[in-house]
Amino acid sequence: MNSFILIAILLVLSSIGYSFGQRRARSLSGNQPSALHSRPQYYGLYVALWCGIPSLALMALWLILEPQVAEWMLISSLPADIQALPADRLSLLLNDVKNLASGNIVSREVDAALQSAADGYASVRQIGNAAMVVVALAIGVLGLSFARKRITPGLRARNLVERTVSIVMIVASTIAVLTTVGIVLSLLFEALRFFSKVPWYEFLFGLTWSPQTALRADQVAGSGAFGAVPLFAGTLMITFIAMCVAVPIGLFSAIYMSEYAPPKMRAIVKPMLEVLAGVPTVVYGFFAALTVAPFIRRTGESMGLDVSSESALAAGVVMGIMIIPFVSSLSDDVMNAVPRSLRDGAYALGATKSETIKQVIFPAALPGIVGSLLLAMSRAIGETMIVVMAAGLAANLTADPLEAVTTVTVQIVTLLVGDQEFDSAKTLAAFALGLVLFAITLTLNVIALNVVRRYREKYD
Amino acid sequence: MTDSTAPAAALRRADLSEERLKRRYAAEKRFRAYGLAAIFAALAILGILIGTIVWNGHTAFVQTHIAMPVYLDPEIIDPQGSNDATVIQRADYQGLLKTSLRERFPEVTGRRDRIKLYGILSNGAGFDVRDRVLADPSIIGTTQTIWVKSSDDIDSLVKGYIDRDLPEGDRRVKDNEIVWIDSFAADGGVDTKFNTTFFTAGDSREPEQAGIWGAVVGSFFTLLITLVLTFPVGVLSAVYLEEFAPKNRWTDLIEVNINNLAAVPSIIFGLLGLAVFLGVFGFPRSAPLVGGMVLALMTLPTIIIASRAALKAVPPSIREAALGVGASRLQVVTHHVLPLAMPGVLTGTIIGMAQALGETAPLLMIGMVAFIVDIPGGVTDPATVLPVQIFLWADAPERAFVEKTNGAIMVLLGFLILMNALAVLLRKRFERQW
Amino acid sequence: MDAVAEAEAPQRALRNSPKMTARQVDVYYGETKALKNIDLDIEENQVTSLIGPSGCGKSTFLRCLNRMNDVIDGCRVEGDITLDDVDIYRSGLDVVQLRARVGMVFQKPNPFPKSIYDNIAYGPRLHGIAEAKSDLDDIVEISLTKAGLWKEVKDRLQAPGTGLSGGQQQRLCIARAIAVNPEVILMDEPCSALDPIATARIEELIDELRQNFTIVIVTHSMQQAARVSQKTAFFHLGDLVEVSETEQLFTNPRDQRTQGYITGRFG
Repeated sequence: MNSFILIAILLVLSSIGYSFGQRRARSLSGNQPSALHSRPQYYGLYVALWCGIPSLALMALWLILEPQVAEWMLISSLPADIQALPADRLSLLLNDVKNLASGNIVSREVDAALQSAADGYASVRQIGNAAMVVVALAIGVLGLSFARKRITPGLRARNLVERTVSIVMIVASTIAVLTTVGIVLSLLFEALRFFSKVPWYEFLFGLTWSPQTALRADQVAGSGAFGAVPLFAGTLMITFIAMCVAVPIGLFSAIYMSEYAPPKMRAIVKPMLEVLAGVPTVVYGFFAALTVAPFIRRTGESMGLDVSSESALAAGVVMGIMIIPFVSSLSDDVMNAVPRSLRDGAYALGATKSETIKQVIFPAALPGIVGSLLLAMSRAIGETMIVVMAAGLAANLTADPLEAVTTVTVQIVTLLVGDQEFDSAKTLAAFALGLVLFAITLTLNVIALNVVRRYREKYD
Repeated sequence: MTDSTAPAAALRRADLSEERLKRRYAAEKRFRAYGLAAIFAALAILGILIGTIVWNGHTAFVQTHIAMPVYLDPEIIDPQGSNDATVIQRADYQGLLKTSLRERFPEVTGRRDRIKLYGILSNGAGFDVRDRVLADPSIIGTTQTIWVKSSDDIDSLVKGYIDRDLPEGDRRVKDNEIVWIDSFAADGGVDTKFNTTFFTAGDSREPEQAGIWGAVVGSFFTLLITLVLTFPVGVLSAVYLEEFAPKNRWTDLIEVNINNLAAVPSIIFGLLGLAVFLGVFGFPRSAPLVGGMVLALMTLPTIIIASRAALKAVPPSIREAALGVGASRLQVVTHHVLPLAMPGVLTGTIIGMAQALGETAPLLMIGMVAFIVDIPGGVTDPATVLPVQIFLWADAPERAFVEKTNGAIMVLLGFLILMNALAVLLRKRFERQW
Repeated sequence: MDAVAEAEAPQRALRNSPKMTARQVDVYYGETKALKNIDLDIEENQVTSLIGPSGCGKSTFLRCLNRMNDVIDGCRVEGDITLDDVDIYRSGLDVVQLRARVGMVFQKPNPFPKSIYDNIAYGPRLHGIAEAKSDLDDIVEISLTKAGLWKEVKDRLQAPGTGLSGGQQQRLCIARAIAVNPEVILMDEPCSALDPIATARIEELIDELRQNFTIVIVTHSMQQAARVSQKTAFFHLGDLVEVSETEQLFTNPRDQRTQGYITGRFG
């Protein structure tokens, strides 16, 4: 919370700078604003920016770098034999030191060396924190007085402020790009580390997936325990089932809503379908696991079928339900974009409504509809909670929808939840799966967005 | 037009026979029926979904209480008679309850049976007694009838989730427990009361002591961080891209990138958070700070896209008018365009926040899935959020957690409906015809 | 429904009544009255043109003649409109049948995003005029020939109809209407989106089509009305002000308002 107080102080300082700058500009101009290059507010903003931006930037940098510097100092303060420990044991020890320093429970006997290391670490953190407050405030005050001194009636304050603001805006719009870069780099980096332990062809084409046993060193790579084909197959099967549910229901309800439904019905039904879209996926997962799966199981048993309680069918059907509103609203948009004149043309030839839809509107809208289906599919592939809660963990390579299968996202979650070691092949495998998932969904999205865009341009 | 000499006779009139028309109209009717069926299917599913949740979840808001006459023994509560709240607070109230249970059913003697008997009350029943005593210390030394929480199994029995007619072996609540609880019921000593614990407590291993408040506060802190980060960045990017950016390769790239980012699976953002925020920057695990940052990156495209649409809807004539009187481009935006676009921007922001509120998967990646009893006090405390709480409870084996899960879902859906209603209201209120 | 089909030409010839008639027609869009008390006869194998300033209701009236107004929400038609003495607004009459007999060409060319061939073949397939490929081929050729487009497109019948030029697209749309062989063709400012040369070709075409079809054309160009039509109706603010032989209307208008419009005092 300390840093929040500091942020608040810096913001207050900046607003003080604002009024300082404004007053200074006024007094310099002899209370004749027209003598100034810009209006007085801009001089205020000029000072405020000089006060706020450097100090806040420094603070952000400090907050990001300080833990690492402190850790580096901690390691170098430790005895040499501890420094020589293997990375994973060292990180456990460091964890304990940090926990001890912040007064938490520690997993080992506290001896004098540990205690002194913890004390040292705590004092470094404390000093660091205090130093940050002092330095940030100093920079804020310096910036304020510097900017205030530079104010002259001829200072082009508005231009300077506007240039700063546009730089801030450019930085803001770069964050989205940085996110993508961050995703790609972090996935690639960890995945490459994984592929140095397990060859990529075994990962992509291996038929056996059992990361649990692969913890033993002699099994890694040799046994093909990281063959992801069953996961891809499971993902595909569940996605396929989902599309089988979502496409007919979604498309037909879109057709009915956009072509047949009277306005009153549309006004009621459309928001209700939107509710379906707004339901969190964890709720669908719960619904799948507690309502749909037992129902399918009972139904199957009454027909003499052996249904797994985590059948792919249950997860797939509920995932299909989840993407119904997605399919229907996207295709609704697409069909509404078909120009009215085409409908008129068909009606004028004596086509019935359904003939017009089937033979004119639907073919015309087809590229757009295909695009939206691809988007829906990419969403189904990347969906996590429903399958985590309703699909299985065991990687069966099967084509039977009544059996349990597992998916890429389920495995990512199971590999990473509750696991602390960052270096094992097991955790790294999750990033390799993430990379595959990202690549597939990205490809689908790029294709789909392109198709939809070209379609829209055609009728604009 | 020399080529228009073909005989007109070759063109035939339309076949308007009854039979053919009938066929065409049957096809029309069928097609229409498919559409109607699809809509009904979707609505029926929605109905079943909401219906099962409400049906199974409405009982989470009440809790079975048992009226226990308790002798508030001064020897146990406050032996020194100090009247000091800290002493009174520490007394063994659960023991007092056990004593009065023993007195009520003297025939129960075996150790095992005794434990069973104590088990009809919640482990936290003593807190109900403690709260009464703390509220009015003068009752120490008297015998008071106090409504205390029953255990989760008894709660399920009273709410009818456990079938009394099953053979004893198949039932979690045994015959003698039923006898005991019926004896209380015969005196009017069993009742369901509003479950304040559910709304005020953090998580617990005991269903009757578990509540959603910890998760609600966690969600609040997480969304606060998300909002603080994503709103300014989102609006600034939207303004830049829509009003200032030159149309070149770089802005095209940003645009394509934002559209794609909006469709990246949420779990990927969780991986990013794990690798970068936890791995590289060393931020604390399970903290709303990191959760908020991950969700901020995830909702950023939504907000940018919605804000750009809102900015685009402001007619160019307004910009031209402002430029015409000598405003700078930034002034045009801050004085005219942005205020006019604000309702749209806010609507988009609320929708993005609603999306973030319901998100689970990326938060699992950054460790917000831990079992956390304490109510978080800040953005760096370990915390969980409502959807993750739902996920955790959905996995719990106790029967009583099923209704808690459903109850928590109802609360979550309530928040989401509230947010969406706000967005709709905003849109309606400020809807403009240019 | 078969009553319409049974109203065959021989009987009509005996009675010598107009192809279509409108009597006391009022049209409302929601609360506003767009057309007031219209009486108009449309004679067989003639071109009737509807002129008037924009917003006068001439297009609305045209769309009443094959009930294209049905697809507009909140549009209501009162009064009687007959085709071969049968009321086309009576309950039980089928709009599909009606539109097979009364075709329409629109202001903006609206070819379906299909091949040229499929554009023409769409109507015949719809109404079961031809099922066999060879029959369809004939119909496509005849229709395109009548529309004066055959020579230009005969080598690329499978090319998309949307790839043609504006004037070609409009002739394609006319061919599409002809292919169903309707009795009446309605044209809603068919040349307003075209250049003068394309316009001239369409006008020529209209004159030729008069041999086989009854044509009603809405136009904003008085010259066009004078060139192509035998009978002209002048609409103004929802009223049918004057209707007479084209020549007479342009040379010797009876009404003050018609006079004003054709001399360019308003419009």
